[in-house]
Amino acid sequence: MDSQTVLIIGGGVAGMEAARQLRLLGCEPVIVEKSDHLGGHVAGWHKLFPDMLSASSLIERMSESLDGITVYLKTQVASMNRLKDGFSVMLTNGTGLLCRAVLIASGFRLFEASRKEEYGYGVYDRVITNSDLEYWFNTGEDDRIPDNLSNIAFVHCVGSRDLKAGNPQCSKVCCMTAVKQAIEMKERFPDAEIWCFYMDLRLFGKKYEDFYINAQRDYGVHFVRGRVSEVSEDIDGRVILKAEDTLAGRQVKLKADLLVLMAGMLCNEDTAGLASMVRAEVDSDGFLRSRDNIFRINESSRPGIFFAGACTGTKTVPETVAEARAAALDIRNYLNGND
Amino acid sequence: MIDFGFGLSRSSAVRLDEVDLTLYRKLEKLEPGVRTCMSCGSCTATCTAGPWSGMSVRKVILDLQRERASAEGHGEVRKMLSACMLCGKCSMVCPRGINTRHLILSLCRIYEEKK
Ligand SMILES: Cc1cc2nc3c(=O)[nH]c(=O)nc-3n(C[C@H](O)[C@H](O)[C@H](O)COP(=O)(O)OP(=O)(O)OC[C@H]3O[C@@H](n4cnc5c(N)ncnc54)[C@H](O)[C@@H]3O)c2cc1C
Ligand code: SF4
Ligand code: SF4
Ligand code: SF4
Repeated sequence: MDSQTVLIIGGGVAGMEAARQLRLLGCEPVIVEKSDHLGGHVAGWHKLFPDMLSASSLIERMSESLDGITVYLKTQVASMNRLKDGFSVMLTNGTGLLCRAVLIASGFRLFEASRKEEYGYGVYDRVITNSDLEYWFNTGEDDRIPDNLSNIAFVHCVGSRDLKAGNPQCSKVCCMTAVKQAIEMKERFPDAEIWCFYMDLRLFGKKYEDFYINAQRDYGVHFVRGRVSEVSEDIDGRVILKAEDTLAGRQVKLKADLLVLMAGMLCNEDTAGLASMVRAEVDSDGFLRSRDNIFRINESSRPGIFFAGACTGTKTVPETVAEARAAALDIRNYLNGND
Repeated sequence: MIDFGFGLSRSSAVRLDEVDLTLYRKLEKLEPGVRTCMSCGSCTATCTAGPWSGMSVRKVILDLQRERASAEGHGEVRKMLSACMLCGKCSMVCPRGINTRHLILSLCRIYEEKK
């Protein structure tokens, strides 16, 4: 097969950037995206830390760079068969194609907050998620967010670091998202008190600590070290949170007008299916298993199958973009016969 | 000797290298989950007995790990334990899946033996 076609599964930031790079490297990328738009989760965010870059302008810019590249929206892979030196693929829209390599860039899935029943998402009126809040920043539409807010609570680690929720891993980006969103809420509601309930603050990236310092110094955000154990609804519709302030060693309660749950990142629901289709492996954390997690994150254990982005674990946007570029280079080398 | 009206009190600092972990080691054997506690405070927050009695599984564990229990003749830890109703709510909320109810029972058994 002398085809230069590379199938990219998933048109999020990872798939888009890999497609752009692959074309620059002389390949013919084809993106298959199951939703009706490109950009993945980032298309739903408002401003991206740490630069507070507009997410929609980033996605717009990235989409423009794909001009001329074949993109199938609302499409998935129906079947895929390994040939001697490539793959024969059938898509759900009836298109068939032959390709030499496949890049899986299927991303993550947000933890369904309603599964942590003790926090009342979907039951109480004033409980939303980090993702809902981004949507509200973008559209201003959400009946659960009242016009006047005196106390806003953020609960970290919802569906992360939690064996009961089936996910012992840390989702990595949500501490930073909480601090970012706390600041954005304080800007909109300067008179409101903002409370972040955390177990550990994991602010590991470039300039992240600056956000923490700003949140404390310039915005007066309160940080309480303790995990919220339960939430109940008061007769006036507000919610009452119970936690231990573990530094003071005392039980605390907070009546809040709005509760924001920092839902974690889990492996995408399609991961297992995609993996079995190409006989790649799923790792113990539910994400796709790379050849190793230090030097060959972009490679699967199968020749011709590559990974990029949050399908192998939680990633930030810059990490995802860097991986997409690395994967494009790995694929180019693979097609050239250089390992 | 002249009485200046104050005495030298013992430093309250814990000497980590000198901590007596005998009790904690016994508990570890009976309930190995104790090692994975991350001091999140969920157990304390949800405990019905907590606000009135000071019961806190988190503090019990930490006191054993830091020997505060033995230094004070276990008074405080025992007082906390005596307030527990063994309702098991704390086990339900522990994000590390520790069987805290079994932990409390095991510790009570260790104290029984010591008597
Ligand atoms: C609330 C929140 C806020 C965040 N804010 C920031 C931030 O400010 N800055 C930052 O750096 N990072 C942020 N992140 C992280 C960021 O969202 C991820 O790094 C990024 O989305 C990863 O991109 P991806 O392309 O790997 O995955 P995704 O964004 O999940 O995209 C995957 C794409 O693949 C598609 N797909 C899935 N399965 C299939 C299939 N079987 N067939 C075809 N297509 C499929 C999906 O529809 C989707 O379009 C945030 C995360 C969360 C949860
Ligand atoms: S990044 Fe923070 S909020 Fe998210 S899982 Fe890790 S510790 Fe919890
Ligand atoms: S079992 Fe004891 S410590 Fe646990 S919640 Fe019930 S009363 Fe509190
Ligand atoms: S809930 Fe579990 S992990 Fe958290 S402090 Fe209590 S025993 Fe430790």
